[in-house]
Amino acid sequence: MAINETRQNRLENEKKQQEDILLLRPFTLIGRSVINGVNHLGAATIFLCLAITKIFGRKQLFKTLQQVYYIGARSMTIIMLVSLFTGMVLGLQSYHALVKFGAQGAVGSLVSLSLIMELGPVLTAIMITARAGSAIAAEIGIQRISEQIDALHTMQINPLQYLVSPKITAAFISFPLLTAVFDLVGIIGGYISGVILLGLNAGVYTHSVKAYVEISDITNGFTKAIVFALIVSTVCCYQGYFAHMRTDGRGAKAVGLATTSAVVISCVLILVSDYIVTSLLM
Amino acid sequence: MAIPLIEFKNVTKRFGTKTVLDRVNLQIYEGEVTTIIGLSGSGKSVLLKQMIGLMKPEEGTILFRGKPLSEMKKKEIIASFAQMSYMFQDNALFDSMTVYENVALPLVETTNLGKAEIDRRVLARIEQTELGDAVHKYPSELSGGMQKRVALARALITDPRIVLFDEPTSGQDPVRKNAILTMIAQYQRKFGFTAILVSHEIPDVYFISNRILALYDRQIVFQGTPEELENFDHPFKDEVIYSLEALQKELSGLYSKRQFEILNRVQMKRKEMGEKYCVIIFALEELNEIIAKLGHDAAQEAIHAMGLYVDKHFGSLGGFSTRNRLNEFITMVPYSELADIQVVLQDFIKDFQEKGNNEIWALYRKLVPLGQCVDLSILAGVAQGRPFDEIDSVIESARSQQKEIGRLRCIERRREKR
Repeated sequence: MAINETRQNRLENEKKQQEDILLLRPFTLIGRSVINGVNHLGAATIFLCLAITKIFGRKQLFKTLQQVYYIGARSMTIIMLVSLFTGMVLGLQSYHALVKFGAQGAVGSLVSLSLIMELGPVLTAIMITARAGSAIAAEIGIQRISEQIDALHTMQINPLQYLVSPKITAAFISFPLLTAVFDLVGIIGGYISGVILLGLNAGVYTHSVKAYVEISDITNGFTKAIVFALIVSTVCCYQGYFAHMRTDGRGAKAVGLATTSAVVISCVLILVSDYIVTSLLM
Repeated sequence: MAIPLIEFKNVTKRFGTKTVLDRVNLQIYEGEVTTIIGLSGSGKSVLLKQMIGLMKPEEGTILFRGKPLSEMKKKEIIASFAQMSYMFQDNALFDSMTVYENVALPLVETTNLGKAEIDRRVLARIEQTELGDAVHKYPSELSGGMQKRVALARALITDPRIVLFDEPTSGQDPVRKNAILTMIAQYQRKFGFTAILVSHEIPDVYFISNRILALYDRQIVFQGTPEELENFDHPFKDEVIYSLEALQKELSGLYSKRQFEILNRVQMKRKEMGEKYCVIIFALEELNEIIAKLGHDAAQEAIHAMGLYVDKHFGSLGGFSTRNRLNEFITMVPYSELADIQVVLQDFIKDFQEKGNNEIWALYRKLVPLGQCVDLSILAGVAQGRPFDEIDSVIESARSQQKEIGRLRCIERRREKR
């Protein structure tokens, strides 16, 4: 009898413990994710700092120029295409909204300020992430899983200096330049839709651009571009560099997952940091 | 006793909860070829990667020239590792770079040499590794053997004092395997570096190794010369060496040295005291010239063909053969008289000169430029022994009587055009 009671008590205790575990599971998962996130943040920060210290190493200029060509020059076409249509849509929408108040003369300022302060840096960063960021993560990831990075170590070549620093420097150079191109072509897109297609006065459009855009708006836009360059280059290089340490996949699968993570994390961080930087600059 | 170049003291390496190396102790000496043997997945590569700092042990000490790495300053560690070079199992070549760029990379990135000097060194190394036609090709356009040679050229381009080879012959056919091992042995002698190999190629690695380290059950269970390994009594021999030797026999048709000795002992026991046997020592004299002019693959083809013809003629008499040195075979024929062996030797050389020569040169014709032909001299020495004679003294006697028994005349490319 006593044995049966003890067994029943033990079973009840186990059941209660399991219920407790089930109740605590969401908190455990959240806690684990937070710890993971903090770990990655710390590791990525150290990774970035180490890479930055190697930016001015010997023989870096040629490698940096190569990356500027790859990240910057080769992204030019897609950036111009996207910015042209973004500017045109912006011109079209703002014209139809402002004409209701008889304020269609402000189309130029609305288009240019939206592009320079917000859309230019954000869309440029997202487009570069999609085009070059994913390629960077995949390239470094493949070099990692095929032991090419280990081979660099054995040849006494610092992999961060050889692979990562030129990409980060190139991102710092390319992002603001491409943002400037985006802004310019976007304003031309707004001109095409507002002036050429909808019949707005050309002088009014250009005057409103010149009159309302201040130099601080442009520097704020470039500040954002530099912050995004830092985020995108670090996240993409970091994801590729540590592809072999992923727990959710190995080999080619790990490279695929690293590339996806690089793009997703970069895009999310671009939008989050955009809000933070905007609120700080306002 | 000399201070070991690299020494492991109670080194333990774990991956999570799995222990790969458990209190490993080993010594590697300067100027030697040391081979680490063991089953796949036994932790040989992990051992090698710890030597060059790609992995760190959880416990224990690694000493470089008697000084623990853990007590060295960062500059000292960098200087120590700078003396080493590593050839990866899967080559780890940069697939977006040409052969030239891959080989030149360590010089371009770590030295201040001018372009002309880099060109000179890289092209010389590329020529030495017989990659002259592949300078501007990408690794994906090369065969597995050529990729290995690119990796070898890259590993040697900085003239390292220590070269670590992680399974340098993996994925190669038997002929190329021996060609790569021969190449390593030749370069080791030429450049005088310390070579540390991880290999499965038993007994072929014995020919080039001064010392063997056996990794078994997460520990180094044997350290010594290949000859000492013959007398080593441990389950490692049953599980690893015997199984690999059986595979070797299947692939080459020749016995390993150890099998050769066992077979010799068995044959002798079967006979009554007083019965005779003959030992023949064959050698290919111009092998080094072949290697220099036509490359390691060509040399290996000659050795391979020679092995097949020796086995064909003497195997039918109950003879069995082994490869003793890079260019030397020992054949033993039980129950035989010297006069009988001389007759078979005549048949062998006639057959080998008529058919074997054509077979070898048919393979070479693509490789041999006009005027680069090399004739091969075949040396042979025969000695007779009795069961109570020491086999080594009979072998020595046969070697002392070696003389040229025939030549394999080079067939120039122009003959093919006729």
